[in-house]
Amino acid sequence: MTRETQPSQQNQHWNRRDFPEAARQALAAQPAADAPFEHSQTRRNVRHATDVIQAKRNAVTAELPDWQALRRAGAAIRAHTLEHLDHYLLEFEANCTRRGGRVHWAADEAEARRLVLEILAPHAPREVIKIKTMTSEEIHLNACLEEHGIHPIETDLAELIVQLGGDRPSHFVAPALHISRGQVRDLFARAMRQPDLTDSPDDLVAAARSYLRQKFLTTPVAISGANFLLADTGGVCIVESEGNGRMCLTLPDVLISIVGIEKVLPRFQDLEVFLQTLPRSATGERMNPYNSIWSGTPTGDGPREFHVILLDNGRSPILADEESRQTLRCIRCAACLNACPVYHQTGGHAYESVYAGPIGAILTPQLHSMHAAQSLPYASSLCGACYEVCPVEINIPEVLIHLRSQVVQQQQSTLTGSLGLWNLAMQSAAFLMRDSHRLPAAVHLAQRLQSPLVSRNGFIEWLPGPLSGWTKTRDLPALPAESFRDWWQRTHAQKSAPEPNPKPNPESAS
Amino acid sequence: MTSPESSSRQLILARIAAALGRDAAAAASVAPADYAALPRDYHAATADQPAQRIQRFLDRLHEYNAECTRVGSASEIAPAIAATLTARSQSPHAEVPLASAALAVASGIPPAWLPAGFDFPLADPLTLAELDRQPGILTTCTVAIAETGSLVLQSAPSQGLRRHTLVPDFHLCVVFESQLVSTVPEAFARLDPDLPTTFISGPSATADIEMTRIKGVHGPRSLYVLLVAD
Repeated sequence: MTRETQPSQQNQHWNRRDFPEAARQALAAQPAADAPFEHSQTRRNVRHATDVIQAKRNAVTAELPDWQALRRAGAAIRAHTLEHLDHYLLEFEANCTRRGGRVHWAADEAEARRLVLEILAPHAPREVIKIKTMTSEEIHLNACLEEHGIHPIETDLAELIVQLGGDRPSHFVAPALHISRGQVRDLFARAMRQPDLTDSPDDLVAAARSYLRQKFLTTPVAISGANFLLADTGGVCIVESEGNGRMCLTLPDVLISIVGIEKVLPRFQDLEVFLQTLPRSATGERMNPYNSIWSGTPTGDGPREFHVILLDNGRSPILADEESRQTLRCIRCAACLNACPVYHQTGGHAYESVYAGPIGAILTPQLHSMHAAQSLPYASSLCGACYEVCPVEINIPEVLIHLRSQVVQQQQSTLTGSLGLWNLAMQSAAFLMRDSHRLPAAVHLAQRLQSPLVSRNGFIEWLPGPLSGWTKTRDLPALPAESFRDWWQRTHAQKSAPEPNPKPNPESAS
Repeated sequence: MTSPESSSRQLILARIAAALGRDAAAAASVAPADYAALPRDYHAATADQPAQRIQRFLDRLHEYNAECTRVGSASEIAPAIAATLTARSQSPHAEVPLASAALAVASGIPPAWLPAGFDFPLADPLTLAELDRQPGILTTCTVAIAETGSLVLQSAPSQGLRRHTLVPDFHLCVVFESQLVSTVPEAFARLDPDLPTTFISGPSATADIEMTRIKGVHGPRSLYVLLVAD
């Protein structure tokens, strides 16, 4: 079963570096040589954009008296679907097929790419038009199409900006939020050969409209993702703003939708929940300009050939873990990115992952069975802002902690990991802190041993060996002569009842 | 069943069943009974008065930069359409000033709605290139939603094919007050799940450049609602 192995291309673009390293680079004054845009400008753009969306989102969610009920319903519907995912996928397949659609199953990204190429082959297109789709990013489809002589044209304005800039998306609702209009003007002026273009957003949008109009009217094949699949009708729902989605869904002869297996909903009517929560969470609008819902190939209205590729690519194993299964409830609104203080500072590129932000920090490592992106569960302060805004109540902080423990267990299972300095230090700390006698004894010992290191101002300015990393950039306050525990003992011992002494746990005394 | 495709299907279904800790074939074929018990304590409807509902709808359309005219009865539709087309063709800002005196129409539009003196080609026989040259399109809708300022179109003769309300730059939609509901769940109760469905909330727009909402990208740049009392 070669299909079981992860393809080698997987990590070419993403997950190359750990989060701290990538974040440091994203925050550095000097950008890397291959970075298309200047960093301080990028950071200003990210902060501005997330502030704006966040404020709008807060306003339009606060005005709904039943917002929390909608979150609960959304969470329950998504959780229910995941518990019966095989049932609903089969129901979707039967109904979509009955209405003229063709359903394909892709176990991994290599198979998804192969299926797309096979579907395209008889049409031999030189170009395809695309709607913004995360699954296409996930399977690295654009590079694959280019290799086979097919030019993918991104039609979403932000994706077009990213594509023309040779850049990567930094946010999965607004992929170009890190790029300012001046930068967009320069890109468009070059790519569309319009040197007189101004940087007014109206002009830039008009330029994109005329640039893409003929492509929409003449390109025979479109590729999309989907926001939701509907089991009871075999339907597909796509939510968008610009009309580029509707162009791709209705004008070409052939439409290919690549959709994660978790995107299915039981009933058409369930959309009454998600078409309220998704737009308000994603863009802070009461409703986005266009939602399209259809099933199969309606006669005379839309593509003659419609393919759905159901993509697993690491999703099904996530169902096994009852604690982290909730990750797959995600409806990709990106509200957690906008709310996250870490994302706010670093932007999306630092995550080195198709899925950035808090949801990316839990989704990406799990899609790789915890064998890649292991630093991402640590890319959070656990403040909980992501959970607060999530329209399907994914408890991201809880999953982050759960995954951190998995990362640690994985490291402890290897020889270098278990004998590593970090693990030994943590094990020692656990040993000392587990017992009310050991910790004071250790403190007393340290108080005696520290004296040669303490400088006259009461700080430790140099530590030996691996601890030197701390003192290289900052001083450490010396331990005071009397610890808090000793002070408490001296001043309060008689007044308070004796502290119960918890028994050390014999199992974990290492 | 030896093709790679069908084996992937079996593989994925087996992985899901294994991850959920149950027998693949048995569990997948049984309709989940607990669906009916899912919590749905959100508001299905609101107790607003028709006047409030209409005002909310008008406010939302205004926020989206869509225009709206109200008329008192169906007999006033034709004069209102004439006035709109005349105003558009005379507007100094009209993108296609003279051609605006024409409007493609969806096939089920009653002839009585169409004022004399303008050109109303049927949309159905138009090729894509011809449709692209039409200055506008006239349709009805299935239901409209006050809370979100949305028009919902389904496949019905008077609502056109999906491309008809997309390619021309101007969309004029006739909405009867009896079609206006307050909430999204109320709208879903009136929709036929089997028909292609499009929700339209304002003219096409983007906020992709510095989070500024800009009207009109690829869909119609002008949306005009004729709200008819009935």
